Amino acid sequence: MARMKFLCDADRCIECNACVTACKNEHEVPWGINRRRVVTINDGKPGERSISMACMHCTDAPCAAVCPVNCFYTTADAVVLHSKDLCIGCGYCFYACPFGAPQYPKVGNFGSRGKMDKCTFCAGGPEADNSKEEYEKYGANRLAEGKLPLCAEMCSTKSLLAGDGDVIAQIYKERVAKRGYGSGAWGWQTAYRENIAT
Amino acid sequence: MAKIFAHMRLIAGALALAFVVATAWPAAAQQPSMVNPTADAVKEQQLLDQLHIIKGLGTIPDTKSYVLEHPAGREWREYRTVTLLWIGGIAILGILALLTIFYLWKGKMRIKAGRSGRTILRFNVLERFVHWLTAVTFVILGITGLNITFGRSLLLPWMGPQAFSEWSEWGKFAHNYISFAFTAGVVLMFFMWVARNLPTRADVEWFKAGGGMFGGEEPPAHKFNGGEKLIFWLSMLGGVAVAVTGYVLLFPFYGTNITTMELAQVVHSTVAVLYVAAMFVHIYMGTIGVEGAFEAMGDGNVDVNWAKERHLLWYEEKMQETGASAGQAMRPAE
Repeated sequence: MARMKFLCDADRCIECNACVTACKNEHEVPWGINRRRVVTINDGKPGERSISMACMHCTDAPCAAVCPVNCFYTTADAVVLHSKDLCIGCGYCFYACPFGAPQYPKVGNFGSRGKMDKCTFCAGGPEADNSKEEYEKYGANRLAEGKLPLCAEMCSTKSLLAGDGDVIAQIYKERVAKRGYGSGAWGWQTAYRENIAT
Repeated sequence: MAKIFAHMRLIAGALALAFVVATAWPAAAQQPSMVNPTADAVKEQQLLDQLHIIKGLGTIPDTKSYVLEHPAGREWREYRTVTLLWIGGIAILGILALLTIFYLWKGKMRIKAGRSGRTILRFNVLERFVHWLTAVTFVILGITGLNITFGRSLLLPWMGPQAFSEWSEWGKFAHNYISFAFTAGVVLMFFMWVARNLPTRADVEWFKAGGGMFGGEEPPAHKFNGGEKLIFWLSMLGGVAVAVTGYVLLFPFYGTNITTMELAQVVHSTVAVLYVAAMFVHIYMGTIGVEGAFEAMGDGNVDVNWAKERHLLWYEEKMQETGASAGQAMRPAE
């Protein structure tokens, strides 16, 4: 089985937000929730870089470790998923997540959180693959159809790569070798405790 | 003459052109190989080393999503999954063990003179209401809070994921809503009892004698003895700490960010487990620890002999206060 990862090549990202739009559309993500977003660092200054960020599907995921009801699980493809039936909306995974991935619909009084929602690597949830229930709770399950996450598939500059970690690392290495520079695989050290040697 | 000038103009022009071309050429030749787009680009590791957090700008309205990376969550994770369990486990089990040892060693603190059969009012209806409002909400908040910390390892294995999630979700709602009643209880209790809980010389004597708990006489005390005052102030400090940090957590991102919320959670849970441990002492003293103590918060009346032995100064004060009429009524019929 593959070890699925995301890699955003910041030297290619042009901040077009197509990944954000593709994700929202593919999974019918409700208002106020963004499973993926693009963050621009040093906006308007020399050396500006944009990075598309979502759940990185960490090795030894912090969200899973701190969850009081143990609603997270890791698939055979190393995708970190959770059960919305078990989630109680406590917000702990948001405190622990280094990437700000967990999102909560606002329900009820004060800052009351509903069931957590996050990027599923287009792999749905615990329900039967591509069932109606799965789609309503987690969105499309493209992995079960043999497809990769739509954000990366739609990326206009092929900046965002999604797939087996070794394969996308190899693609990135070749790019860096050919063009002679690369600002690194953002988030990899934090998420996977390893980096791509270029 | 004019011809020579024309020639000179031509030569000067050619020289000038040659100069411009000669100086411009090397720069043009160097351009492609000189540009390295990453030379001044932001570097992830550098940003993390400098700021421990990477922030930028985004295009969606959710401004908290502009934080790209925040690896400090790892330290919070360590606290939540390891440190807190040790603090809570040691504090709560330690106190329970000490109380058990104390009970087996000293047993119940009896009313030495036995019950007189006559009672006096120690806590009126308002005092008892405020006490039980705070107490009942405290127990619910304590159980639902401990469930968030210890439930996954203690309850989940035998309750099963569905039942445990269901119970935890109700627990979360209870914790959120009941917190308001608890806060009201703490505030009312403060105004109701603060005057009688200011430290006095009698408390020093009381603590010096160990409250009579380890042999010897219990020094005379006012309405609240040194130990009770300690419990009062611990409850007030603990109550304020958990209430403030709790409301910070209940209203996420209202003037807070992820770091302050992590900090609030650390303070909230640490104070809470210590608070629970301290309240076990209070519950012990108010129930099986001291004979005749529970009645004070039960129907509000305590035995006169209990009052004389435990709160002599308060008893005398009460007798003076109620004056001749009450005093006469209490005199045995001849």
